[in-house]
Amino acid sequence: MTHPAHTEAAQLTGVSKLFGSFAALRNITLTIPPGTCTMVLGENGAGKSTLLRLIAGLNAPTQGKLTVFGDAPQSQRRRIAYMSHAPMLYDELSAMENLRYFAALYKSDGCACVGSPEMALRAVNLDPHLTRPVGQYSQGMRQRTSLARVMQADPELLLLDEPFSNLDVASAQQMVELLTDFRTWPVSGGGTRTILLTTHQARLAEPLADTVLTLRQGALISSLPKTGAA
Amino acid sequence: MSYLTHLLTHLRKDLRLEWRARDSINGMLFFSLLVVVLFSLAFEPDAAVSRQISGGILWVAILFATVTALNQAWTRELRNDVLDAQRLAPSPASTLFLGKAIANLLFVGLVELILAPIFVVFYNLHVLGNPWLLALVMPLGTWALIVNGTFFAALGLRTRNRELLLPLVLFPISMPALLGMVQATTLILTGGDNLYAVFWIKMLTGYDIIFTTVCILLFETILHAE
Repeated sequence: MTHPAHTEAAQLTGVSKLFGSFAALRNITLTIPPGTCTMVLGENGAGKSTLLRLIAGLNAPTQGKLTVFGDAPQSQRRRIAYMSHAPMLYDELSAMENLRYFAALYKSDGCACVGSPEMALRAVNLDPHLTRPVGQYSQGMRQRTSLARVMQADPELLLLDEPFSNLDVASAQQMVELLTDFRTWPVSGGGTRTILLTTHQARLAEPLADTVLTLRQGALISSLPKTGAA
Repeated sequence: MSYLTHLLTHLRKDLRLEWRARDSINGMLFFSLLVVVLFSLAFEPDAAVSRQISGGILWVAILFATVTALNQAWTRELRNDVLDAQRLAPSPASTLFLGKAIANLLFVGLVELILAPIFVVFYNLHVLGNPWLLALVMPLGTWALIVNGTFFAALGLRTRNRELLLPLVLFPISMPALLGMVQATTLILTGGDNLYAVFWIKMLTGYDIIFTTVCILLFETILHAE
């Protein structure tokens, strides 16, 4: 299945998100070009996770307009993958069982655009034959399984919420290399891969990022190419 | 074809999760056994009285047991934010709902199979009517409880008192079905007029069709509600 070419992977125009009276995001106007990697920085509560959840289509903006590949995020689910703080995996199933389950949900008639769970697990340095349930994994292993889950969906837009938070330096470095490599993998429907990630470890993700956004108290205070980032 | 594949994928997952954890079945079994034993000790019924009241006791035991299982059913999806992964997946939301409802039906059905002989012994029961009609009443009645219960358990997912909320919503909405189940079961056990039993079975069938359709149509809205 080929997708129509759109200029922007995500476009936000005057987007705000309120939770009750609390403004998690305020009047964000932002364009994420396709094929780029954007790093979002900010303190806890700055609105980084909310931004990713809006783009993923898990939450709707209270105000403003948000499009992903020129359409509502909910209608582009096949092209988006989202990895949150939580592993989004069943504790009682093994990594392979989890990945096979989610791979099956992405398959449909006439579309085989899903990567192999075995390959995805090997890519994140996990043994596909591991029979232990995910509940018995270390935090780092869960994080890598979670990354394998999103990578096997073959997404054009990959949203990663603090992907390095539970990893030691070596594992985090490996993940950066893997993501750098992932950007070059061909997309089954054509197009390029776009990554949007939030992190507190800016130095670690720096080699990957083309653009650095900084959020403070829900407002976008800077959007700079990597070399210009603080 | 793809719809059925997705439904079976969800069903297999739920069966596998229950096989590993056995939370729902164990909880339901002990709870329903407890209700059956307590009622038999409280009333000490003779054979005739047993036939009159056992339909009601059986369905009340199943109703309470079902609620304990239904509360568990969606909790697994909330753990580790798996529900968000479900919401992002491009498979129809109703397959998730139906997969879970069918899995719950199988769990409750298994508990009913274990409970039935114990129930017969404790209440000294001999079916005077057509026992094959019970084979219709049991799955229809159980599905009525399960389909609404699975739906309302999902509706209460984002509320703090979801375990309390479920019975508060489920019991009133299940009243017509419960009436049908109890009346049909009692008529079959006491050897009452088959025509009346068939009337209640038809009513249960109608109830199941209406509520299954409504739940399937509304589930996507429930799943993606903030």
